[in-house]
Amino acid sequence: MRVTLWGTRGSLASPGPDTARYGGNTVSAEVWSDDGHVLVLDAGTGARRLGASLAGRVKRVDLLITHLHMDHIQGLGFFAPFYSPGLEVHLWGPASSTMSLRTRLGRYMSPPLFPVRLRDLPCDLTVHEVPCGKFHIGPFTVDATMICHPGPTVGYRVNVGKTSLAYLPDHEPALGLHGPLLPDGWTSGLELAKGAGLLIHDAQYDDEEYASRIGWGHSTMRRTIEFATLAGAERLVLFHHDPAHDDNTLDAMTRLALAAEKPAMPVSLGAEGERYDLAER
Amino acid sequence: MTQKELEIILTRQLASYLATPIFIVDPDGSLIFYNEPAEALLGRRFEETGEMSAAEWATLFEPRRVDGTPVATEELPLIMTLKSRTPCQSDFWIVGLDGRRRHLDVVAMPLLGQASRFLGGVLLFWERGASP
Repeated sequence: MRVTLWGTRGSLASPGPDTARYGGNTVSAEVWSDDGHVLVLDAGTGARRLGASLAGRVKRVDLLITHLHMDHIQGLGFFAPFYSPGLEVHLWGPASSTMSLRTRLGRYMSPPLFPVRLRDLPCDLTVHEVPCGKFHIGPFTVDATMICHPGPTVGYRVNVGKTSLAYLPDHEPALGLHGPLLPDGWTSGLELAKGAGLLIHDAQYDDEEYASRIGWGHSTMRRTIEFATLAGAERLVLFHHDPAHDDNTLDAMTRLALAAEKPAMPVSLGAEGERYDLAER
Repeated sequence: MTQKELEIILTRQLASYLATPIFIVDPDGSLIFYNEPAEALLGRRFEETGEMSAAEWATLFEPRRVDGTPVATEELPLIMTLKSRTPCQSDFWIVGLDGRRRHLDVVAMPLLGQASRFLGGVLLFWERGASP
């Protein structure tokens, strides 16, 4: 399995010279199996270049959305596979308790916010409300679980053979806690991340910022490292960078978090274009 | 232990902040959490009792009507709620694990999660009075 990051920024796209190293596009990632199947995770602004790169390479694209905040769907209208006549595109994401996924997406993919409606796309589009639990897409076994973030939000675990990716780009597992994260089933998202070969996880804030943003649905770098340690993840990628954090700020925050938490696993900042090859263990 | 559903995790976190005594059970009726205000009424910390089956907790506190007759397990509001998936309310006396008798008002509500998943129920307590 091969994972490539096409957008690493949270909340708002933040292009510019100060964010060039880690990237300014909002979240999107690509997962290839060794036999040529592709999953796209989220469709922030990074999905524009990602989608363009797929032209002529695939007969089917599965796009898995974690939730419908703008930084995860703004690239939908510019996702090239949508405009490829007859291309099989499957869009997966959570419904709400009162509205179907298609209706929810249609609120963005319709005038006045966007000129093209979902129903007018020329691709062969199927919208799936993601089931909680395991389902299969080609060689991928996907596990979707509701996780702690405002509004219906899922995290994904993707397995192919013995390789595994856990993807929780927006997640606040420490909501309401003052002490350590709770083991034994009481920490949101932990089962998804357990023993993952690669964990891509929200790490938007430092401790001081978090104090005034409790309940916004995001984690601190230190809580994310704590979460990864509790889960026994083999490698952690800090993700969903705050738009106000330039590259130097991110480096400084990471140094402090690593010094405080001393994680046993490799930890790095997600950067646009970064690729991770997950080998069979 | 299996991962709890997010809605249950959030219910526990909410309960841990409230002064209202709350008792949370899963769809089978197994007790999975009660908060500190409930600990004061039930007479023991949750860390000491831990999770327990419906058969255990339904008799542990010796619920009795005002006239002194025992409340059968299937007549307990939370058990009725799990069966009917509708709210139930009642009042009865219990004997806490600290040996004190307490007269409680209770309201049981089913917990429905996203996609109307049935996740169990919560019981809210209100103490009417106590006897030594």
